[in-house]
Amino acid sequence: MAEMTYRDALKQALRDAMAEDDTVMVIGEEVGRYGGAYGVTKGLYEEFGPDRLIDTPISEPAIVGAAVGAAMSGLRPVAELMYVDFIGMTMDQLGNQAAKIRYMFGGQVGVPMVLRTQGGTGRSAGAQHSQSLEAYVMHTPGLRLVMPATVSDAYHLLRQSLKQPDPVVFIEHKALYTMKEDVDLAAPAPEWGKARVHRTGDDLVIVTYSRQLHHVLAAAEAMARKGVQATVIDLRSLNPLDFDTVRTHVERVGRVMVVSEGVMTAGVGAELSARIHEECFDFLAEPVIRVCGEDIPISVSVELEKNSVPTAAFIQTAGEKLVGLRTAA
Amino acid sequence: MTAPIDTAVAEKVPRSNTELLALYRQMRRVRTFEERVGELFVRGQSAGSMLHLSIGEESAAVGVASLMRDGDTFTTHHRGHGIFLARGADPNRMMAEIGGKEEGYCRGKGGSMHIADMGLGHLGANAIVGGGIPAVVGAGLASKREGRGAVSIAFFGDGAMQQGILYESMNMAALWDLPVIFVCINNQYGMGTRIEQATKGRALHERGLAFGLNSETVDGLDVRDVRAAAGRIIDGARGGTPGFLAVECYRFFGHARMDKSPYRTPEDEEQGRAKDPVGFARKALVESGESSEADLDALDAEIAQEMDATIDFTVAAREPALQTMFRDVYAPGEPEPESVAARIDRILAGD
Repeated sequence: MAEMTYRDALKQALRDAMAEDDTVMVIGEEVGRYGGAYGVTKGLYEEFGPDRLIDTPISEPAIVGAAVGAAMSGLRPVAELMYVDFIGMTMDQLGNQAAKIRYMFGGQVGVPMVLRTQGGTGRSAGAQHSQSLEAYVMHTPGLRLVMPATVSDAYHLLRQSLKQPDPVVFIEHKALYTMKEDVDLAAPAPEWGKARVHRTGDDLVIVTYSRQLHHVLAAAEAMARKGVQATVIDLRSLNPLDFDTVRTHVERVGRVMVVSEGVMTAGVGAELSARIHEECFDFLAEPVIRVCGEDIPISVSVELEKNSVPTAAFIQTAGEKLVGLRTAA
Repeated sequence: MTAPIDTAVAEKVPRSNTELLALYRQMRRVRTFEERVGELFVRGQSAGSMLHLSIGEESAAVGVASLMRDGDTFTTHHRGHGIFLARGADPNRMMAEIGGKEEGYCRGKGGSMHIADMGLGHLGANAIVGGGIPAVVGAGLASKREGRGAVSIAFFGDGAMQQGILYESMNMAALWDLPVIFVCINNQYGMGTRIEQATKGRALHERGLAFGLNSETVDGLDVRDVRAAAGRIIDGARGGTPGFLAVECYRFFGHARMDKSPYRTPEDEEQGRAKDPVGFARKALVESGESSEADLDALDAEIAQEMDATIDFTVAAREPALQTMFRDVYAPGEPEPESVAARIDRILAGD
C-alpha cells in the first residue's frame, strides 16, 4: 500500500506498460519534453526517449489518424488528446476509421490503440475545455469507453486498456488528477468491464461513473445520516457496459437515479434510463431519474460552472425526493 | 529535395519496351476490370451504386504500384480499384467484394470503398475524402522503427488536396523523416467540381515542397514517365525523405455510376479523353515495333476473358450469412452486440 495521486497512477500504468511491451508508444501534443498538459507523462520522455514519447504538432486529426495506422502496423499507440473537447476534430479518424476498420475489412485487422484524454468541469476552463462528451463515443459501435473514478482504477483500467484488441477511448477527469488514495498496485486487477458497487443500501440505487462517483458517495453519506440507504454503482467503463450489476440492484431496490456530468439530452443518462425502463420495468417503483449536466454550455464563472453539473448537495436532494415520493405513495 | 519534374530528367530514365509491355498489360487489366465493374452495376449484381471508376487514371495506379515491394503498405480512396489490382489483388475477390459477397476480400462488408488486404499491405480504401491519409504516417512510424525500408503510400484524388488532414499528415511525415509518400491522382474533378473551381494553387507539388517533401508533378499520359517520377520519389522515401507526387490525368466518366457528367460538355470530354494512357502505351508499343496490333489484340482478349470471369465468380458467390452481421464489431472472443430483435424478445419474455 502506498499513497498515490490519480495522475501518478496513470503515469505508473504507462511506465509499466512501456517497460513490459516495447510496441507501446505515446503520441500527442506536449506529451514528451513538456510532460503532458496535466503532467501525466512527466518524466517518461527521460526514461523512454523520443521514439516512445512522440511530441506532435497541434494536429489532432492526424494524431489520431497516425495512431490508427500505427496500430494497424503492429504498434500499440497511446494517442493523447489534451482535452476531450477537441474530439470533434478527430471524429472522422475515431468514428469512421478506428471504430469501423475491423468490421469494414471483414475482421482482417484490429486497431489496438488507446485514446487518452480528459474532460469535465472544475477548473473554470470555460465552454470549450470543460465538457463531458462521452456520449459521442458511446454512440459509436467499435469503440471501448473507459472513465476511471479512483486512483486504483486509473492504474488498472489504463493497464487493461493497453491490452485490449480494439480501440479504447480512456477519459480521465481533470478534477481528479491530484486526488490521493492508498493503493496496492500489485493487488489483483479488477475484472475488465465490471462495475464496482461502492456501498449497498435498500432505499435507492445510484448509478454513476467518473468524478461524479465522489459527489454521489458524499451525497449517500449525507442521506445515510438521515436514514436513507443508497446503493452506489460506479460503472467504470461505459463500453463494455456492466448492465447485469445495474439490473441486479435495480430489481432489488426499485428506485434508481443515474448521475452523470454530461448534458442530459441524449446522453449517457438517457441511454441508461431507457435500458433500465425496458429491462427492469416490472421492478420499478418510480421512474428512473436522470441527474445530469444542465443542457447548457459550461461557464467560466466558478458559481455558474459548479451549478451546471450535479453537486453532492443536489444529488442528495434529488435522492431524498425520489425516496420521499415513494414513501408518500 | 528534388526539383519539380523536368523533361530532361525524365529522358535519362532508360526506357525498355519489355517494361512498357508489362505496364501496358497491367493498365489494360485495370481498364477492363473497371469496365466489368460498370457491367456488374448494370446487371444489378453490384452491392450498391457507390462505384467510382478509375478509367483514364491507369498510369497513376500502375506506374506507382509497379515499384512497390513486399512489406510496403498503402491506403487508397474511393476510386482505388486500379491501385489495388495493380498491386497484385485477385480480381475475382475484388469483384466479389464490390458485389458484397462472402468470397470478397472483406467478406462483403467493405465493398468498393472499404476494400483492404493486409496480405498485400492494403490498409484500406476510404469513403471519406482524405480519411485514409494519416494512417500512412502511423505505418511510416512503424516502418522506420523496423528499419527495413518499407514505404507507406497514401493515394488520393485532387479533391483531398483541399482537406486539412493532408497537410497535417505531410507535415508530420516531413518532420519525422518518415518513409511515406503522398500520391495525388489529379483527375481534374472532385465529384462535379473542376479543380479550377476548387483552388487557385494548381501546381500541386508546390504544396509538398512547402512542407519539405520531395515533390513532383508528372503528366499521366505516358506510364513510363509516371514510373520514373514515382521511382525517384519512392527511392527518396526508402532513404527517409518522404515525398509527394501529383499525377495529372483525366477522369473519363462521371463521378460514380449514376453521374452522367452534366457539368461538362461532350467536347470537354473528348479533349480530356485524348489523354489516354492505355491507348498511348499501345501506340508506343506498335510504333516501336515491340508488339504488333495482333499481339496486343490477343493480349487484350486474354485480359477480357480474365475479367469476364470475375463477373461469373461474383454472380456465383454467396451472400454473407445473416449471423455474420454482428461479427467483427469487436475482436473474436468478445461478446457480439445483441440484436434489436433479440433484445425485444428478451424484454417482453417476462410478461
